[in-house]
Amino acid sequence: MSNLGRIYTIYTGGFAGFILLVAVLEQMGVPNRVLGYLFMGFTILVYAFIGVISRTAEVGEYYVAGRKVPAFYNGMATGADWMSGASFVGMAGSLFLLGYDGLAFVLGWTGGYVLVAVLVAPFLRKFGAYTVPDFLAARYGGNAARTMGVLVLIACSFTYVVAQIFATGIIAQRFLGMDFVVACYVGLAGILVCSMLGGMKAVTWTQVAQYIVLIVAYLIPVVWMSAKKFGLPIPQLTYGNAIAQISALEQEFIQKGLAPAGMKQHVAPFTSYSPANYFWLILCLMVGTASLPHVLMRYFTTPSVREARQSVAWSLLFIFLLYFTAPAYAAFSKLEVYSTLIGKNIADLPAWVYSWGNLGLVTICGKAAASVDAVKAACGAIAGHSGIIRFQDFGINPDVVVLSTPEIAGLPYVITGLVAAGGLAAALSTADGLLLALANALSHDIYYRMINPNAPTKQRLVISRALLVVVAVAAAATASTRPADILSMVAWAFSLAAGGLFPALVLGVWWKRTTKQGAFWGMLAGFSVTIMYLVVTRYFPGFGVKYMGMSSLLNPVTWAPIVDVAKAMTAPNAMDSWVLASHPLASKVGWFNLNNISAAAFGLPAGFLVMYVVSLMTPAPAKEMQDFIDECRRPRGKSMMEEKSA
Amino acid sequence: MSGKEDIYWRKTSKLMITMMSLWIFFSFVIHFFVNQLNAIKIIGFPLGFYMASQGSLIIFVVMLFWFAKAQDKIDRDSGVAEEE
Repeated sequence: MSNLGRIYTIYTGGFAGFILLVAVLEQMGVPNRVLGYLFMGFTILVYAFIGVISRTAEVGEYYVAGRKVPAFYNGMATGADWMSGASFVGMAGSLFLLGYDGLAFVLGWTGGYVLVAVLVAPFLRKFGAYTVPDFLAARYGGNAARTMGVLVLIACSFTYVVAQIFATGIIAQRFLGMDFVVACYVGLAGILVCSMLGGMKAVTWTQVAQYIVLIVAYLIPVVWMSAKKFGLPIPQLTYGNAIAQISALEQEFIQKGLAPAGMKQHVAPFTSYSPANYFWLILCLMVGTASLPHVLMRYFTTPSVREARQSVAWSLLFIFLLYFTAPAYAAFSKLEVYSTLIGKNIADLPAWVYSWGNLGLVTICGKAAASVDAVKAACGAIAGHSGIIRFQDFGINPDVVVLSTPEIAGLPYVITGLVAAGGLAAALSTADGLLLALANALSHDIYYRMINPNAPTKQRLVISRALLVVVAVAAAATASTRPADILSMVAWAFSLAAGGLFPALVLGVWWKRTTKQGAFWGMLAGFSVTIMYLVVTRYFPGFGVKYMGMSSLLNPVTWAPIVDVAKAMTAPNAMDSWVLASHPLASKVGWFNLNNISAAAFGLPAGFLVMYVVSLMTPAPAKEMQDFIDECRRPRGKSMMEEKSA
Repeated sequence: MSGKEDIYWRKTSKLMITMMSLWIFFSFVIHFFVNQLNAIKIIGFPLGFYMASQGSLIIFVVMLFWFAKAQDKIDRDSGVAEEE
């Protein structure tokens, strides 16, 4: 363990050397496709190598990495575990499109760690669980709480892992030209090779390696761009300048009639979300962060309670590096678009518009900007179009912002390859953590704790590995069908975890009076209310309007309903079930004008309230349970659940 | 529960309340005033935008390192810290 620093320094140096080597190859005229394969192949080989040398036959190492991971490295691993393919690829794009309102994600996905450190993680570490449901079962005496925990865990982790494999497929498809379905299974192999032999131990050390790749890949293009444009390689400072220019250009566009007077201005708050939606979203993301099992279980691996707390701080620092850079990406891209596209003649657009337009990811005048002629035809079809690009003529897929930055900034292809490798690292590392959380809940909580408590160590590990493969294949198979909704469902995971788990985790430690009945009914209430709101607003909106008193959400600027509910309810498809996202009412109705992405706004209070009331109605926990909680609160002493076999 | 442990948990709870108050302030309260803050500009950033994109985040990071230290001190003073 003492030479970890040296190992990862050599690794980082090796990675830098590899980037330089690819850069030299590029200069020598090696084709881009080959460079792309080199990047992906090399990084996956390294992860696989770490996965193989970290193989283990010990239960304690398989589930919690032997509790030997120092705070600093666990912080890095958590960073990689946490930042998904979508964070890496899509976050800057969302900020580009949403402006200030997108910062709800930046705030929500960082501030949650305060809750993790103060309310939850150190106590779970002291308890010494292998999984989150393990803690619930011990604290709330029995398999009812454990089953609820497993249920919530599966609900919030499965769609999430599908989205990661989906992201892997997209990246491999775009940069390597692989078939999407093949790419999904290649991604699956990349994930399994990291986790199957060594469980948590192997996942930890690969995640550290993946963090290094992803953060380098995220920072280099934007640092380069900042140095080039503003002469200072600190994008987080220089983009203030870009923001000022963006605001000035926006005013100019409005004056010249190049943008509607009500355009979404970059720094103007509450143009996409109403203030209530904005703040509920922040709360749901934060509380969800503090409840997601694949994140919490990372803090089971530190050597001590003290290091668990320090580790949360390190985690947040490493996550912060990416999240406080994302708005800079967004601002630079927006400035580029504003200054090279808007107000220009449709005949002289920069080349990158066509290269991404060809893939349908950039649109001009409502049509994919595939070529000069396509753009001319599309704009010509709009009555009274002057041939000058207006703000409202331009459309961009959020994923393109990060992926196209190297190209827009005129950086060599090696940087594009690097960004792809970073996106891949982000998706793989999150998938690893999620798969492990899922497989461990099935093998440890369901099989070992509930079905066969006498299973010998060897058999438990065999079962764990088999279940890991089964879950992984199921996830890859789901991803390869390209489920349309999967990306929006990821955001649901936070609300589901928040509504289902947070009250039980927090009150379990901080309120001794919480009883097992209270916990069970509280979890059930929190989870059911959350999932009910999500499913009804998204899939049964007509039912919600007719029987549950839901009404149209409101436009945050004009406060007008975004859909005419009365009219939509007379349409023949109004009462359809399992409707598509294109259904006129889908995700457009709700209670109190709250978006379904913040469903825990209902589930969280319901969970706390039911847990509180039922606990007071049932007899107080026994003396042994009170002692158990005291012990959990005290750092001193051994982990409470340490296994003999470990 | 012995008196010493009682004091330990009281101190721990107090630190928790402090952390939660700061968290509420920098997650929500300060952003209620985004429009007013935006009138102030620093290095090109409107302050309200800056707080949501960087300011609050920096404070969260600092808070957590400070918390780890402060809680550790409470543990040691109350004699419930782990053996090194």
